[in-house]
Order: sequence, then structure tokens, then C-alpha cells
Amino acid sequence: MMQVQALSFAYRQDQPVLQEINFAVEKGQCTAVLGNNGAGKSTLIKCLNRILKPQKGIVYVHGKNIYQLKRKEIAKCFAYVAQHHAGARFTVFDTVLLGRKPYIKFEPAPEDFRIVETIIKQLNLEDLALRYIDELSGGELQKVMLARALAQQPQVLLLDEPTSNLDLSNQYEVLAIVREIAKKEHISVLMVLHDLNLALRYCDRFLFLKNNRIFAYGGMEVMTPQNIEEVYGVPVDVQEINGIKVVIPFPRNN
Amino acid sequence: MKHLARYESYIRFKIVFLLLLGAAVVLMALWAVSAGSADLSLKEVVATLLGRGSRQASMIIFNHRLPRIMTAIVAGVGLAATGCAMQCILKNPLASASTLGIAQGAAFGASFAIIVLGAGLQNQTLDGITIINPYLLSTCAFISSMLSTLIILGLSYLKRVSPESMILAGVALSSMFAGATTLMQYFAADVKVAAVVFWTFGDLGRTGWQEIMIMTVVVLAAFLYYAFNRWNFNALQSGEDAAKGLGVNVTGFRLLGMLVGAFTAAIIVSFIGIINFIGLIAPHLVRRVIGNDFRYLLPAAALMGALLMLASDTAARLVVAPVILPIGAITSFLGAPLFLYLVFKGIGGGK
Repeated sequence: MMQVQALSFAYRQDQPVLQEINFAVEKGQCTAVLGNNGAGKSTLIKCLNRILKPQKGIVYVHGKNIYQLKRKEIAKCFAYVAQHHAGARFTVFDTVLLGRKPYIKFEPAPEDFRIVETIIKQLNLEDLALRYIDELSGGELQKVMLARALAQQPQVLLLDEPTSNLDLSNQYEVLAIVREIAKKEHISVLMVLHDLNLALRYCDRFLFLKNNRIFAYGGMEVMTPQNIEEVYGVPVDVQEINGIKVVIPFPRNN
Repeated sequence: MKHLARYESYIRFKIVFLLLLGAAVVLMALWAVSAGSADLSLKEVVATLLGRGSRQASMIIFNHRLPRIMTAIVAGVGLAATGCAMQCILKNPLASASTLGIAQGAAFGASFAIIVLGAGLQNQTLDGITIINPYLLSTCAFISSMLSTLIILGLSYLKRVSPESMILAGVALSSMFAGATTLMQYFAADVKVAAVVFWTFGDLGRTGWQEIMIMTVVVLAAFLYYAFNRWNFNALQSGEDAAKGLGVNVTGFRLLGMLVGAFTAAIIVSFIGIINFIGLIAPHLVRRVIGNDFRYLLPAAALMGALLMLASDTAARLVVAPVILPIGAITSFLGAPLFLYLVFKGIGGGK
């Protein structure tokens, strides 16, 4: 459904961040983007919907070249949830309604309100609908941002470290919602994750970045101790406990 | 559907607030027309405005009071709307037209026109100043205030600087213009310096109907441009990347928005002189009640700007009547304590 071809990006000419990135994802797949700090994970996510403009490469969604579309059209195709949120004084309802922006010509149509209603209900945000987002907890805010992204009715959902500010129960709740919606609405999800156990639990594709390139990309078969050690430089073991795969790291200097 | 009903009543509250603010502006304007050294009753004012007043009342109202009041309203709306937009665009509560060096730029241009080009002189009448060539003065003030904006926007376009850097550049250019103005004044004759100082005070009595028309057209156009882009402003509040993700062309929108704001403020300032604090304070005053939603923040700030200008001007005319105090001094004098109050209560409200 989405193909990325020969994508290269650099903030400065002599320091490439991404080189020759090629991969494809299918409908309803959750893909974890993995790698060390500075490997270019966030940059890759931002290149896909042209928040950053790559020097080379093409992104196709359903055969359409994304880089030839207007920003507004891209926003109907991709939704992006940033790592940090500016907590402005907007209500939850207005924030989710803002997700309809690519579709709103002058004022929101009844259809827009109906979609916002549905999503708010889907994410259990009904009690918060009229609260200001600068008064929410980290977990609540993350869900609101997810709701705004879903209001864009995207085909691809891009999440930059969706669990970085969340406690244990919120991490699992948010990712479970993402996975469920991906499967139900046939949305492809790409998320930057640091926690390999969360990735194993909620993703079905894994993309390792190393030295500006894709080191490995595939299903569960690429989540081997060898690959993880090569990418992160930490020896690990991958075990199965109660049918759940977990990664156990063994740092050398301990 | 229960919370949609609650949302609608929450929106209704904002609309009621806007209507109340609008009503306050109308009442304030009527009172401002009636109050003054020649007292007119409210009845006379309304009758005259409907074309049924005495000749004397018509003279006072149409030649003296109404131009002042229209100027106050248009300038208040313009300064507050541009201040509101710039605070959103630069994501900085301190942003306003003055932040981009517009006030200092205009002062420099006016000084240049008066001192070097001989566009005005101090004299002994109550008006205090004779502007020999008002259009030359306004043109110089306008050009020089736009110059500082264009330098800042040009730099930010070429070097892709952050909003913070734009504000810092504005501070730097303001200081440069202020220095140049001081140097020019240092070598100028007393009467000319006095004229410059008087010009910079700001005065709503300088504008005739023609100037008011020009200002109205520009302010209206800017307001409509901002209103048309209200969803872009809302998106921009969630951060630059998020706004791009929502389909906003951030770089272009930011530049054009700043340019429109600077142009509008420069037009106002070059016609009436420097009016401080209105553009800064009006958005903050209403933001506490109405939130950051630009759909309601923009009209509320504009109305609040008009209200503040009318109140300041009426105060300026009444406090030591028949002397009219400079309005720029009144807005600064009353604006600063109000601003301090807001700062210590927490800008943006509720925190």
C-alpha cells in the first residue's frame, strides 16, 4: 500500500541522516521503527509526510506520488503525532476537531462533528471533551493527540515515540488502541519505539535503522538476538514467557 | 450526542461574550461622542447621527468627534488583531507590532521627515504642532517602519530562523532605530525636536475622513485575511511539525501573516503616531475568558482593542479638559499596570 523508494535525507549536505531507504508496508500493519538515538527514526517518519523534505526519493501511497501532492492532500493521507505536544488552551473537543482541518473549507460540516463524536467515544474521552488540554495528564493528552490524528481519517498513521511520557498502564492502553484501530480501519501504522518489548507485543513489522540505512526489515523473524545486538550494541536474549516474546538485555559492563 | 450539546452551549458562551463586548464598544462610542468640552446629550448625539440634529451639533460631531472615534475604533481593531495574530504566529506572548521594530521604525521615519525634510514645526497654539506636510511625514514613517519588518522577514526567510530569533532581531533593530533617532535629534533645532516628540505621543485628532477610509480598508482586509486563516492559526498553536502534519504550509503562512500584520500596524502608526500596549494587551485580556481558539480570540481581541482605545481617548480628552492628553501616553500609563497584573495572574489564564 505504501512504498518508499530510494529516500535520502540530510540536514547538512555532508552529514547524511538517511540513505537509500527502501521499504513497503501493507494495509493494517503496525510497523515499529527501531534503532539507536540519532539513527534517524524520527527523521524517517517526518520525511514520509514531507514535514521534512528529502533530497531524494519517492513515497507512494496507493500508487500516488505523495511528494507531488499539496500539503492539505498529504494531511488527508498521513496523520502525524509528534513526540512533544504544545499544551495550548484548547478544549479536547476543539483539538480533535482540528484534525478535520484538511477537510474543512470554511466551517466544520455536520459530518465533521459526527466523526469527532465517534472518535471521542472510541477512545473513551467523553468525560474530558470540554476540558482544556493544558490541564490533562500525559496519558490523557497522548490519547487526545491520537484522537486528533484519527480525525484526519488517514491511510497511514505516523507516531513518534507514542509511549515516551506514559506510565506502564497507559503505554499498554495507548498501543492496544492503536493496534485495534489499525486492524479495524485498515490503517498502516509506523511508530518510533524504544521499548523492544512493546514493539514485540504490538507490532507485526520491524524496521531497524543503523548507520543511516535500513539494517533489517521484516516480520518476527528479524527480531533475533543477533540483529538486536548489532543495532543497539547490547547482547540480548529473546525468550518466550507465557507465549509472549520478551527481550532481555545483558549489558557488557555490568 | 450528549457532549455535543454541551459543546454547543460552551460555544454559545463565547458568542454571548463577543456580543457583550460588541455592545460595550457601541455604548462606549456613543458616550465618547457625547462627552467633551461642548457637552451634548445622548439624545442629541443619536438624533444627529440619524441626520436630525442642530447644525452646531452636526458640526461638532461630524467634524471633530466622529473622526476621532472612528480612528480610535479602527486603530484599536487593527492593532489588537495584528497583535493577536503575531502572538500566535511567533508563539510568543510578548509579540506585537512593536516587537518587529515598527514603533521605533516609524519614530525614526517621522524624525527624518521633520528634521531633515522639514515636514513639521512646534508652535505656540494649543495643538502644539504644525505639520507642514502630513503626507510626507506619514510616508516616511511608513517606509521606515516597513523597512525594519522587511529586514527581519528577509533574514528569517533566507536563514530559516526560529520565531525567537525574529523577536530578538526586532529588539536589535528597534534599538538601532532608537539610536539613530536620538542622534538625529541631538543635532536638530529645538522646535523640530519638540515636533518629533509631539508626533511620537500619538494623537487621534490628526486623521481626516480620507485617512480614516484608508485605515479602514487596510484594517478590514487584514482582519478578513486573519479570519479566513483561523484554522491555520489554531493548527500552528500545536507546534510547527504538528501544523505541517495537519496540512499547513507553515513557512509561507508565517511570512505572509507577519507581513500583513506589519503592513497594517505601520499604516496605523504612521497616521496617528505611536500607540503602545494595545496590540500586546488586548489579546491577553480576552484570552483569559475565551481561550486560545482563534475563531473567537481574533474578534474578541479586536473588539477589546477598540474598547481600550475608546476608553483611553475619552480619558485623554476628559481628565484635564479642554487640554487633550497624548493618547500614547495614556495607553502606556494604564496599560503597564494592567499588563503587570496579567503577568502575575498568569498569562493565558487558569494556570
